Amino acid sequence: MVSDSTNLPVKQTPLYAEHLKLGAKMIGFGGWNMPVFYSSILEEHQAVRQRVGIFDISHMGQIRVSGPSAEQWLNTMLTNNLKRLEMRDGQYTLLLNEQGGVIDDLIVYCRGSNDYFLVVNAAKIEEDFAWMQSRLKGGVAVSDLSDHFAGLAVQGPGSAELLERFGELPKRNQIRETRIQGIPVLLARTGYTGEDGFELFYPAAAAGVVWNHLLEVGTPLGVKPCGLGARDTLRMEVCYPLNGADLSPTRTPLEAGLGFFVDLEKPEFVGRDPLLVQKETGLRQRLVALKSDGKSPPPRAHYSVFVGDARVGELTSGTQSPSLGIGIGLGYVDVPFSKPGQKVEIDVRGRRFAATVEKKPLYKKRC
Amino acid sequence: MLVPDDLRYAETHEWIRSEGSIGTVGITDHAQAELTDIVYVELPQVGAILESRKAAAVVESVKAASDIYSPVSGEVVETNPELESNPALVNTDPYNAGWLFKLKLSHPEEISSLKSAAEYRTQIGT
Repeated sequence: MVSDSTNLPVKQTPLYAEHLKLGAKMIGFGGWNMPVFYSSILEEHQAVRQRVGIFDISHMGQIRVSGPSAEQWLNTMLTNNLKRLEMRDGQYTLLLNEQGGVIDDLIVYCRGSNDYFLVVNAAKIEEDFAWMQSRLKGGVAVSDLSDHFAGLAVQGPGSAELLERFGELPKRNQIRETRIQGIPVLLARTGYTGEDGFELFYPAAAAGVVWNHLLEVGTPLGVKPCGLGARDTLRMEVCYPLNGADLSPTRTPLEAGLGFFVDLEKPEFVGRDPLLVQKETGLRQRLVALKSDGKSPPPRAHYSVFVGDARVGELTSGTQSPSLGIGIGLGYVDVPFSKPGQKVEIDVRGRRFAATVEKKPLYKKRC
Repeated sequence: MLVPDDLRYAETHEWIRSEGSIGTVGITDHAQAELTDIVYVELPQVGAILESRKAAAVVESVKAASDIYSPVSGEVVETNPELESNPALVNTDPYNAGWLFKLKLSHPEEISSLKSAAEYRTQIGT
């Protein structure tokens, strides 16, 4: 075994000292030094599926877009239709380049008339901000608030019970203002795990106060601090894409199976024309979910996918699913081989292991 | 971290227990703790000729696949049959039930070039 010295850490979140106190193993991720696990990825995964887990997501970015032309302008930057949002509503959406490739996937919340709050990926904060700045029109102000916010994801079937003591909870995909230990918190009912859950954004100076309070009052509910390892296995089971792995500037949201979040009826948004062409001419590849047929090494990003002798695709993510107890993966596969039920083989270090294209998501939460 | 005194250690976190001309190889407590949650172990074939410091096995955690290097040269005479159904033995009992493979040593003198328990403890800082 050789120790992993890649991805040298650059930035620390305001919860860094708390992670060290809890004995977290830290890794570099998107330029940030983040906890990958505290005790075990599997235990943390199960805590979120069965009880409640808390993640530090302070590395994620927050961008505010406001001003009299904010709605009209931002609707030309993003793929989904902002006009569907009422006050407090959030929506999943994408920022595309001129070729229709994905710069970032994000959630935009409506905080008032012409006032929007964007939560973006950690590694893309500067790029998203610069992209929007360079296309700015009059009557719009874009500000990067990322350094001012700490962020937590509180996820799992027990998350509502943990948070309802602080006031009325937002509905799914909505955002509300609340207070925890006197600290003003933006509380959104969103997440990246497939469970009921919440994301909290609040002043970075109070990062440890809210984190420690939730761990303390959540003890009877079995709350556990959770790292990026579990965050990754949880999102893969429900087939949420990870930007930089499953999404990239050379893949469009249509190829990634995210057409639901692209409103091609909108008259104008960056990347629209290439998507219209792609819709007309058809896709070459599509992002599919795969499940191993039997015992196999865990599928991983960059493993090749074969049908017979033909290489028909490549994985972009993969792991051993803690909930299903079997290998799972996401990958781009030639369209003729992309239908659920398609038998394929995954090449692992020169050996082939049988797998099947499955309907997404691979795991559904217990009702 | 457990570092038993009676074993020799490679810098790459493998241990070897030698009894006569046979050496038993596994990964250290420190290595399993770094990897955590081992879900798959790919072992060499019985009869395979291994060279010291060359990749001999793969241990896969939830997060990543890691090459395991043979600390010495020799021929594989046995692999741990329990690991196929229970790879987590490498986590729970790395020095006993979680052993990986046994070698017939082709150059027994290589053992003396490996680290002692004290030297390995210094390396990992415990």
